[in-house]
Amino acid sequence: MKHNPLRNAFVFLLAFGAVGYGAGLGIDRFVTGDFHFSGAVAAAFALLFSVAAFFFGLYGYRGVTRGLTFQVVGMFAGALFVTLIRTLMGLKAFDAFLFSEPAWVFGGLVGAIAFLFGVGVVSDWMKWARGIDTPEHHEDEPGWRKFFGVSLDHKVIGIQYTVTALFLISVGGLFALIFRTELAESQLQFLTENLRLFDQSGPQLYNTLMSLHGMIMIVSILLGIAGIMNYAVPMLIGARDMAFPRLNAFAYWLSVPAIMLLLMSLVLGGFDTGWTGYPPLSARAPVGMQMFFLGVFVAGWSSILGGLNVIATTLRMRAKGMSPFRLPILVWSALAASIIQLTATQLIGLSFQLVMFQRLFDMGFFDPAKGGNPVLFQHLFWFYSHPVVYVFVLPGLGVISELLPVFARKPLFGYRWVALSSLGIATVGSIVWAHHMFASGMNEYLRVPFMYSTMLVAVPTGVKFFSWVATLWGGKIETPTPMLFVLGSIVVFLFGGVTGPPNAMVALNLHLHDTYWVVGHFHDTIFGGFVFPFFAALYYWFPKATGRRMNEFWGKVHFWLMTPSFLVLTFGMMFIGLRGMRRRIVDYDPAQGFDHAQLILTICAFLIAISILIFLINFFRSIKHGEVATGNVWKSRSPEWQVPSPMPAHNYDVPFEVVGEPYDYGLAGSKYIEFAADGAGKKH
Amino acid sequence: MRKIVALSVAVLLVTWLLIVGLDAAHVMPVEASTQAVSVDWMWKLMEIVMSFLTALILVPMFYSLVVFRRRKGETGEGVHVDGNTKLELIWTAIPLVAVVVFAILGGGNLADVLRQDPNAMVVKVTGHQWSWKFEYPADPETGLTVVSDELHLPVGQQVLLLMTSSDVIHSFWVPEFRLKQDLVPGRFTKLTITPSEVGNYAVRCAELCGTSHAYMENPVVVSTRDDYSAWLSSKIQEAKVAATDPVGFGEILVKQNGCVACHSITGAAGIGPTWLNLFGATVKLSDGTTVTADQAYLTESIKDPQAKIVASFTTQMPTYGFTDDQIAALVAYIETLK
Repeated sequence: MKHNPLRNAFVFLLAFGAVGYGAGLGIDRFVTGDFHFSGAVAAAFALLFSVAAFFFGLYGYRGVTRGLTFQVVGMFAGALFVTLIRTLMGLKAFDAFLFSEPAWVFGGLVGAIAFLFGVGVVSDWMKWARGIDTPEHHEDEPGWRKFFGVSLDHKVIGIQYTVTALFLISVGGLFALIFRTELAESQLQFLTENLRLFDQSGPQLYNTLMSLHGMIMIVSILLGIAGIMNYAVPMLIGARDMAFPRLNAFAYWLSVPAIMLLLMSLVLGGFDTGWTGYPPLSARAPVGMQMFFLGVFVAGWSSILGGLNVIATTLRMRAKGMSPFRLPILVWSALAASIIQLTATQLIGLSFQLVMFQRLFDMGFFDPAKGGNPVLFQHLFWFYSHPVVYVFVLPGLGVISELLPVFARKPLFGYRWVALSSLGIATVGSIVWAHHMFASGMNEYLRVPFMYSTMLVAVPTGVKFFSWVATLWGGKIETPTPMLFVLGSIVVFLFGGVTGPPNAMVALNLHLHDTYWVVGHFHDTIFGGFVFPFFAALYYWFPKATGRRMNEFWGKVHFWLMTPSFLVLTFGMMFIGLRGMRRRIVDYDPAQGFDHAQLILTICAFLIAISILIFLINFFRSIKHGEVATGNVWKSRSPEWQVPSPMPAHNYDVPFEVVGEPYDYGLAGSKYIEFAADGAGKKH
Repeated sequence: MRKIVALSVAVLLVTWLLIVGLDAAHVMPVEASTQAVSVDWMWKLMEIVMSFLTALILVPMFYSLVVFRRRKGETGEGVHVDGNTKLELIWTAIPLVAVVVFAILGGGNLADVLRQDPNAMVVKVTGHQWSWKFEYPADPETGLTVVSDELHLPVGQQVLLLMTSSDVIHSFWVPEFRLKQDLVPGRFTKLTITPSEVGNYAVRCAELCGTSHAYMENPVVVSTRDDYSAWLSSKIQEAKVAATDPVGFGEILVKQNGCVACHSITGAAGIGPTWLNLFGATVKLSDGTTVTADQAYLTESIKDPQAKIVASFTTQMPTYGFTDDQIAALVAYIETLK
């Protein structure tokens, strides 16, 4: 390829986007007899064609491109198959969005499975099934190209997860900017009744974007924590890779078709339920609802398998001498988060699948007219969807505990308490789900025990905060960019934490529920528990992955622009929420007097977006142009920093043994690990 | 020791400043029900809790960041202290005790807002996409029931709202009354409110219920007992007249059912087609055919909204279960809109 691959990619994206759009428009015209220039079908074709073509231009026809091509072909083959059967049965073959709903759902499922075959992540298993041996390791392509195909190296997969997460965060953030702009003023400005995009009016499009903002951010967070855990856990415990490298790759590549399905839900008529998908509303929404369910279902598989792998790796592959209380603290929280992922994710998959079947096969699980119960859905849904917030924040809190001693130059205060508090949070967190349902009409008395259990979360969370403050006390605190983000995490997570108890008190909750107060509260917990620590982790481990460090000045600009904007944003949200601003509304009554506050919130949202843009430029520029940093940049005691960066393919050439405590900063002559002398016991 | 005392004073000072600040900000709307007083009592308590916890963490944290920062040219590490079991036990035990105390306070607070008056007035509430319908107790003299899309309540009298939904989940919320309760199809949920301030408020749907969720807001009027009785008898009078005139009856049904939330009578665009100049007009349908909007078509569209969809409209209209008389009245009313 003569041209710059990235330029190729964009040329292909535009060209094939146009081809797809034309094809969709033509087929739609053929079936319905009308041109729908901003319709769903043309948009769906344009989306599928352009994404696959983008990767073709970048990388050629292999790896991810082959996977996406298989997915597109599989999707249409599956849909046509169902359409054919429906025609033979005398049922309506085509519908508003070209294919009927069952055809889209079956096509979506076939497409996702076809992707896995296309990308090649199941080929080793297929060969084994036929009795053909494959080598234990596959050689990765050199340079950036290895990230676009199947790799079994946990570090490559960790980076794949991380970059995919950054991409998704940008998409979810973009959606937020769109509806945040509409919300800057009361009345409808551009998402009006007259607008028609993807067969949705303005308010319908608002509902779709707001709902997808939620789920896309959730998936991006799951990918982000999978990125941290995949990259860091094997290195921290001295393993050569994850316990199941093929399953690891499989889990990552499941997320790509899941993202495609989620994006398909936007163009196929959208949906208007929020990320929670409560029936009966979700039983009535357009086909987009089904694509959303399917996307979450596939992403859920990714999360379950990822969690399984982290647990197995932590239990079985630790270095010699690494007893439970000498584990790097991040591994404890990764373990706690993975246990939740492995055991609770099934419930969201199940609850969405039941609605899916209610729509497809007329099974009235949640339809009161057929004896179903809409409140049951909420129990099933929150049984996962509350614990999952601890999946989001536990690894982040682990990053805080892991990095704080490095920059305070002092041992982590109360290691065992901090370690066990992660398991405490995970345990208590799985018995609090119905606090999302105080106003739902469930049994009145049931609210009281859930109020108690919810408040109990404060105890292990408090242990973490007190231990962090005590770690800082008496240190020699340094504040490079990663530490700034760690400190930012603590402050922001604190605001998320202290605004929690009011929600637990049932009577007060009945005022706060479904308002901007709650929106402000959970954005604080998620930013403090995931976003800030995620950035801290990226700035901190960037030199380990690339051998270069990110620009310190622009890192600080990122921090000082994002943090105050974000705090004003969430405080503003909480304030208008208390005053009566409801969640998930495209417009608000001007009589309530929220116009000024909303304008400020919108400005803050754009400032945050600018800071993220600065981060992204810094991140991608530093890969090539960053200051060279191959040594122990942060003077850390952690094993991965005792070897030069970037880390070699199978981690430590010489295995190490744990001989001391992980965080004994300030204890002269102490050591955490020792490498085997003269390369004795050298692997390979 | 001096450090600890100084810090404790600073924590208390910052706590006090935060409480004063939150108080001055007047974050809660007007208290218009006795339940709101109980809820706000808990909120005040929570203001203290939030302020104290914020100060308790942030004051020593920022103190450390200033005092224990690495100064220019300084070398060496922090002091080697890796924990203190007594401290950990204290900051586990005290929050545990606090949780028990707040559990008791929270339970009592909930009992306060749920306390029911056996003589409460019962109003039946039905939520539907995207309006509210309120049915008042039958008039003892005429036996007529008043149905309205406005909630009128006499001040000082507890009302028991018996609520259900005819389509998806909605949530009843008047911010000035504080409490919130979902309306679930297929069952009744309850909410008791005792209005305490005369005034005009609005019930705003708090559970996402589809395209026009944001506009599912109906007036709530709390008035003196006399004004309330006057309103009620005027409504009964209206109902009597309506029984004799189909157009007037249709107009009342339109108001009661919030039809104009989707169908404008002014020609403005909406979720559904406007009714202005609709009767007798030629309508283009989504399958490409056309139809004349006559009595038969309008009757069919009200009975079975999905039978014929007007071109470029996507949202599904629910069925309302009107009687034939009511539909005739509705069509008669639509016919007058020229």
